[in-house]
Amino acid sequence: MTGPIGFGGGLPLATVLIHQRSGTTCEAANGFCPNWIAHNFSRYETPLLQHVVLTVVSVAIGFGIAFALALLAHRRRWLAGPVTGVTGVLYTIPSLSFFFVLQPITGRGSLTAIVALVSYTLLIIFRNVTTGLAGVAPETRDAGRGLGLSDRQLLWKVELPLALPEIIAGVRVATTTTVGLATLAFFAGAGGLGAQINADPVFKSNVVVAGGLCVALAVVLDIVLLALQRAVTPWTRAVPTA
Amino acid sequence: MDTGGANGMIGPLALLSQFNDAINFIFHSRDSVTGGVRIGGSHLLPMLARHVELSAVSLGVACALAIPLGLWLGHLGRGQLVAVSVSNVGRAVPSFALLAFFVAYLGTGFTNASFALILLAIPPILTNTYVGVRQVDREIVDAARGQGMTGWEIVRSAELPIALPLIFGGVRTSAVNVVATATIGPLIGVVTLGDPIINSSVYGSAGQLGASIMVAVLALLTEVIFAALQRAVTPKGLRLAAGASTSRRRFWTPKRRAYSTS
Amino acid sequence: MNRTTTQTGEAASAHEAATLELRSVTKRYPGADEDAIAELSLEVPAGDICVLVGPSGCGKTTAMRLVNRMISITSGDILLAGRSVTELRPAELRKRIGYVIQQIGLFPHRTIAQNIATVPRLLDWKKERTAARVRELLDLVSLPAEMADRYPAQLSGGQRQRVGVARALAADPPLMLMDEPFGAIDPITRERLQNEFLRLQSELRKTIVFVTHDIDEAIKMGDRIAVLRKGGVLAQYATPAELLMAPADDFVEDFVGADRALKRLALLRVRDVQLWRAPLVREGDSTAQAREQVRTSDLPYPLLVSEDGRPLGWLSEDDLVKGRVELPVDTAAEPVLDRDSVLRDALAELLERDTQYGPVVDQRGHVVGVLSLELISHFLASSDAIQADPADRVTDTPALS
Ligand SMILES: Nc1ncnc2c1ncn2[C@@H]1O[C@H](COP(=O)(O)OP(=O)(O)OP(=O)(O)O)[C@@H](O)[C@H]1O
Ligand SMILES: [Mg+2]
Repeated sequence: MTGPIGFGGGLPLATVLIHQRSGTTCEAANGFCPNWIAHNFSRYETPLLQHVVLTVVSVAIGFGIAFALALLAHRRRWLAGPVTGVTGVLYTIPSLSFFFVLQPITGRGSLTAIVALVSYTLLIIFRNVTTGLAGVAPETRDAGRGLGLSDRQLLWKVELPLALPEIIAGVRVATTTTVGLATLAFFAGAGGLGAQINADPVFKSNVVVAGGLCVALAVVLDIVLLALQRAVTPWTRAVPTA
Repeated sequence: MDTGGANGMIGPLALLSQFNDAINFIFHSRDSVTGGVRIGGSHLLPMLARHVELSAVSLGVACALAIPLGLWLGHLGRGQLVAVSVSNVGRAVPSFALLAFFVAYLGTGFTNASFALILLAIPPILTNTYVGVRQVDREIVDAARGQGMTGWEIVRSAELPIALPLIFGGVRTSAVNVVATATIGPLIGVVTLGDPIINSSVYGSAGQLGASIMVAVLALLTEVIFAALQRAVTPKGLRLAAGASTSRRRFWTPKRRAYSTS
Repeated sequence: MNRTTTQTGEAASAHEAATLELRSVTKRYPGADEDAIAELSLEVPAGDICVLVGPSGCGKTTAMRLVNRMISITSGDILLAGRSVTELRPAELRKRIGYVIQQIGLFPHRTIAQNIATVPRLLDWKKERTAARVRELLDLVSLPAEMADRYPAQLSGGQRQRVGVARALAADPPLMLMDEPFGAIDPITRERLQNEFLRLQSELRKTIVFVTHDIDEAIKMGDRIAVLRKGGVLAQYATPAELLMAPADDFVEDFVGADRALKRLALLRVRDVQLWRAPLVREGDSTAQAREQVRTSDLPYPLLVSEDGRPLGWLSEDDLVKGRVELPVDTAAEPVLDRDSVLRDALAELLERDTQYGPVVDQRGHVVGVLSLELISHFLASSDAIQADPADRVTDTPALS
């Protein structure tokens, strides 16, 4: 009834054998074993890749939806309240229960995981895009209109570029959060590093490597986004010269 | 069974009956899938109680640690980098990995579970408290000092009340987080509402879905309660002045400004 | 000659200035009980600077923003080069009207060059043409070419203001709207920018609507001044000289200020005054002849001049006891005033030297008459002689370094 990976047999700590448990070796003591890690590192490659795909796809879709919603709400102010309300509820529902509530509808697999992860990013990104747009100085907007920019040109050439630092900050928060939540995606049958942790949560080597990869992934993605932000917003670093 | 783990499309009727079955599980007890044990209905209450207990204890301890520390650091204006980046780092460490780490190194049990959840809950509260105190106008603080107030009196009469909405924003974030993460409590030996979700071979798909719905409702309830609390502690003057923007703030996003003031 | 508005954007950015005409323009903001602008009619001739002046909240900004349709008109019409501004879509219209807002409003995320190139890029100018125009404009507003790649945050307030003006000028619009462009700038820089701007205008000859609440700035900058009172009612529309000489009512008189007579001096040059005839004597003339000269002139002392008519000094009674006029004389003929200098400056020179009279010379240095304190005070008391040609406005300071 449950998928190939998961908690079977009614035990809270179900484990799948990924190492020898007999003898007096480091592995047998569930220890932290550099040797074992070195030899078994390849088994983490596929889950890591799954994790990256889950995260990147979810944040990308979430960004697309939240960004579009924010642009709509920028034009029609009354939309901001309802959108914040709905995305707020989605944000609050624990992803674990979301996975199972979705399963009757979307089935087991990546689709369910991605829908849940996407819904989690919406509020964060929506909020940041709208605050970023609202933060554009009125005189800048006024000058743009006065020079003959149409509403669309004003949005794409002035308001959005100026909101970029705030927007990317939102994407960064959404990305790190999604990396964390994707560790639970195996409950939806979507694999990822969480599946690897779950395969043997009492084996220190396993937990440290899989968990460490999660943290490393979050940090790397964050740095990539930070670098992107710095690259696309050169004016924020323009300090007055003497 | 042809309902639970089936991939692909299912008809709307089958879908309805699945949710119906799940709601049924929440309100009426039945025999377990493995037989012999009664599950669902009133048998869920101890799990609910355990869930709330684990969450409340963890959140309470986290508050008791993080709020005074945040006030102290904020008041002195020290440790900015730590207080601010702790929530960024906290976000990068997945709660599931953290829990697994505790299982692997410390073993299972209520105490270990609450340790993990406390660690999880501290960063948002600490950062928000710190930022809340630091956002208090330095002129207000100077004026208070000029009137001969001691450090503690300043904290109590100016910094704490003004920072309170933001502090509660942090508590609210952590509360929802903790309630959500307590769902995987059975992994670390605490039988919370996550038990039917995790041990579906015992509870069946109805139990899995039913418990999921309960956890979702519990999280939403937590959110609503803490949002109301946050509103209640916002001084009226602040509510009028800042509009809803500060009082509704729940996640702190990294801004360049925050690092550049020291 | 007016261009038709049906031309493409680029071609329509006419080099000639356009006349601007407001016809019974009324504006009432939604929900307001009173008009912000009431039945405002005025015509700005092509190439003139029209200054809108009045107390805070009287509707200056509103009137200006009606012209480029930043806000919609309630009733009445505005004609630019003879055609209603409503004939064009607002964005199209605004590309043809330079607009400098009070807060400058440079785009913080764009370099100075990109800021200036905003409208040319909207008009799809070729890259080289835009780049050349940016260089030309930076030079025009006296900014070094190296500034092109800086961001607005890296400029001083005065420099930003110049970029704002350059950006508004980029597509060579026939009409410029400038809302308190020098408002937020320190007095010294402001004075410099004003002078610089007047120099620019003497080359460009745009039609300009200029908002200020500073009457001195209005008098200095305006060919014509429209004084507005609360509710956007036009109190007076006149040349600076007319305004100073004959305020329409108490409100305008009050607004212009008690020192309006003094302000008038800033508008005129020495040559605009009916100067006194001087008793001119040369070395070797007989003293009897000199005395005779004094009797028939406006001055009690004869002025000794050189053979070719340059002033040398004043002759006293002691100098006239001998038979003939001799050099040297005791009293130097200082200050010597240029007939083209501003009356206000001439008065300052007289007061500085603590003297009553100053010989006035023409460009070749020949004495053409004498200016006296008495003459100036007489002039201030009367209202005649204010016929200064507005086109010949005083622009004392040349370009800055
Ligand atoms: N958007 C608006 N909605 C409603 N009323 C407005 C609006 N803008 C201006 N007003 C009102 O219209 C009147 C004229 O305002 P305006 O900004 O044109 O004044 P101003 O002469 O430019 O003043 P200042 O010298 O202070 O800039 C004022 O009473 C102002 O309160
Ligand atoms: Mg104004």
